[in-house]
Amino acid sequence: MFDYETLRVIWWALLGVLLIGFAVMDGFDFGIAALLRVLGRNDEERLVLLETIEPTWEGNQVWFILGGGAAFAAWPMLYAVSFSGMYLAIFLVLLAFILRPVGFNFRGKIHDTRWRNLWDWVLVLSGVVVMLISGVAFGNLFLGVPFQFDGDLRMSWHGSFLELLHPFALVAGLVSLSMLLAHGACWAAMKADQSIATRAATLARWFTLAYVVLYVIAGIWLAYGVPGYAIVGPVVTDGVSNPLYKEVARGSSWFASYMQHPWFWSAPLLAILGAVGVQLTVAKTGLAGFISSSLMVAGTILSAGFALFPFLLPSRLDPRSSLTVWDASSSHTTLGLMLGATAIFMPLIILYTSWVYRVLRGRVTLEHVRDSSHTY
Amino acid sequence: MIIDADVVTLSRLQFALTALYHFLFVPLTLGLVWMLAIMESVYVMTGREVWKRMTQFWGVLFGINFAMGVATGVTMEFQFGMNWAYYAHYVGDVFGTPLAIEGLMAFFLEGTLVGLFFMGWKRISRVKHLLVTWFLALATSLSALWILIANGWMQNPVGSAFNAETMRMEVTSFAEVVFNPVAQAKFVHTVSAGYVMGAMFVLSISAWYLLRGRNVDFAKRSMTVAASFGLAAALSVVVLGDESGYAVSENQKMKMAAIEAMWETEPAPASFTVFGIPDVQNRTTHYALRLPWVMGLIGTRSIDKPIPGIANLVEETKGKIDNGIQAYDAMLVLREDKNNAQAKAILSAHDKDLGYALLLKHFIDDPRQATPEDIQKAADSTIPNVPVLFWSFRIMVACGFYFIALFAYSFWLSSKRKLDHKRWYLKLALWSLPLPWVAAELGWIVAEYGRQPWAIEGILPTALGVSSVTSGQVWTSLGGFVLFYTALAVVDAVLMVKFARKGPDGLGLWPSTTATKA
Repeated sequence: MFDYETLRVIWWALLGVLLIGFAVMDGFDFGIAALLRVLGRNDEERLVLLETIEPTWEGNQVWFILGGGAAFAAWPMLYAVSFSGMYLAIFLVLLAFILRPVGFNFRGKIHDTRWRNLWDWVLVLSGVVVMLISGVAFGNLFLGVPFQFDGDLRMSWHGSFLELLHPFALVAGLVSLSMLLAHGACWAAMKADQSIATRAATLARWFTLAYVVLYVIAGIWLAYGVPGYAIVGPVVTDGVSNPLYKEVARGSSWFASYMQHPWFWSAPLLAILGAVGVQLTVAKTGLAGFISSSLMVAGTILSAGFALFPFLLPSRLDPRSSLTVWDASSSHTTLGLMLGATAIFMPLIILYTSWVYRVLRGRVTLEHVRDSSHTY
Repeated sequence: MIIDADVVTLSRLQFALTALYHFLFVPLTLGLVWMLAIMESVYVMTGREVWKRMTQFWGVLFGINFAMGVATGVTMEFQFGMNWAYYAHYVGDVFGTPLAIEGLMAFFLEGTLVGLFFMGWKRISRVKHLLVTWFLALATSLSALWILIANGWMQNPVGSAFNAETMRMEVTSFAEVVFNPVAQAKFVHTVSAGYVMGAMFVLSISAWYLLRGRNVDFAKRSMTVAASFGLAAALSVVVLGDESGYAVSENQKMKMAAIEAMWETEPAPASFTVFGIPDVQNRTTHYALRLPWVMGLIGTRSIDKPIPGIANLVEETKGKIDNGIQAYDAMLVLREDKNNAQAKAILSAHDKDLGYALLLKHFIDDPRQATPEDIQKAADSTIPNVPVLFWSFRIMVACGFYFIALFAYSFWLSSKRKLDHKRWYLKLALWSLPLPWVAAELGWIVAEYGRQPWAIEGILPTALGVSSVTSGQVWTSLGGFVLFYTALAVVDAVLMVKFARKGPDGLGLWPSTTATKA
């Protein structure tokens, strides 16, 4: 139905949708987990915070799982190179994803302060680790990572875990951390008991402020301190997926695509407007604050994706091996099939997810937590 | 290209451990959720409170197990990229799609609804809650369907072809991938095994209450559901296990021969070795006790088709390796000269056997330089671990027949309303609790260890699938998994035992009964 080039652009966009879906939907779960000991002053308050996300975090997490599955199916090389290359970083993220479900489920099962404290800190740590490392990984995309392909398209990686901790990547990590902490605080401001919500709103405003400062710093650093990548020679957009068929040069600007397509600027604008929206609304109407922080998250991810386009994962070791939208995708058939499946199921997912959130609407109050026993 | 043998061994060990661990929780989820759906349906239809309490109580145990299944499932999805990067590249075009569809169609539904199952009792109507439970049950089984379609393709890679320009397998017919007979047989066999596990879980714990004279009505009702559901599931697991055996014999002749420790081809119809000591060194089986005809009937559904033995299969493999080398050579020619018509013809004639040339990469860098000794070694390397498969299979099958007997007897007792009359039966039911796990884990070993040395049967050797990581990195992750998984296993077991002991009476879901009544 669609030609190969169009399908590749669609799947690039869908990868963005899944990332944004994950960051918006599961981002506040991580934010809440990380803020558990800051916002929740005692066990009751922590129970309130946890109950705001308890029935839905599991579904939200599927955005991440689906993101992995879709990357595997639509961008197999991206999935293979990034996950194996950043091995230890991904392993830490994985540990967080293993400990979080059991933390949510097991914490309330035993009435014992030490038991609950233990799981509280496990949850805090899992939240911080995922938010920070996702940002650091994103930062490394701009720096380029050290891999190359041989003729069999077997990838080899020539770098270590510590190399990922470049100062620019660390700033990107802090952007992600402050952004999702703000997002989590906005969720608490909307869903938690009013006494907690007021404090959450104040926190959300501080975190958005930090976020804006860090985001602007990262942007300026990217413009002046991080060289971009560009495909040189003819760009074949509907050729076979073999990265070695092209030539890539390093040294241009990551803002080149913004100059080429001025409408790309709407993404960073959206991010900043979202942050302003949080400042203006979060203390008064929780819903407006949460929508604002969601737009902020979406705008941030879009702005990074736009800057990278058409690159997915540049290689600083062997620029020719860089993965781009035009040469790292699945076959035409697979992209078409997967689009069909997504077109059928994504609307259904949105439908039943909305229903679940509607059923669970309203604040979780301290009285509610006192009333219900929390064994099951 | 040098592949570190340690990385291969460690990555395989890590994959096996994490998969076996994940598979402790998944089948129980698969089975228990249907028990919940049945119990809640009875509640909604009859309005009797006890059935709601049953759903809630078994739901608590379901929840603990579900969390472990979710937690360990993430590992599976990401390990392909982390430890099996070349595999992910080589087959992602085919293998990734069912995984992604699993997320879209099943896991999303499951993850979204499970919260409402626990928190929705007061928020939504009875019928809506029942629908949530049913969709939850449906989603877990659909999830298994897509995972087993992916796995079925590893065993029997249909609907796909090699593309020399992208150096990977690509989909030619997705319908063939979905309707792969191996995948279908595996799906029904595996979910049935899960249903048996769910039924045994309820049966055993209920038997414990009856032995203690606690929650008597509650436990008897639970056992009645478990007995009928378990009997149907146990019959299906054995019958469809047979179907699965038939499918294996069609496309994985070596796995079949190894399971049977059938060293030489027997005249049709082959006999089934009930007992024996396989001797790998001398390629023979000592003290073999054989049932005539049975294997021929199971494996070929005929009395005249022979089932090839290991020695013949190794000879056949040598021929495939020769073809594979020609395909490999043609592929390299094409890399330099895209339009070489002769090379194209050779490649398309032999690309089905390209994987057999890749087997040689274990022994030499360039398969084209292979000596007859190398080819012999590569052909011999296609023999899986015969004693392990032989015994795993037999213990699994014995468990399967035992389940039929136990559930049939339970069913008979429950229809006579005599479930709590025989203490020896209740003890037997209690102590049978671990057996479904034994059978399920051994089933995994037969299916996946029996697939070795292939990651994708005949297409990609496992050793070639690994990532460019150091053995130090894999040691780190393996150590981390062992540490955290052990800790979680302890916590999980403690919580399970704690809540099972508390029981519906201890949790305030059901009034305490006095022991005298029982």
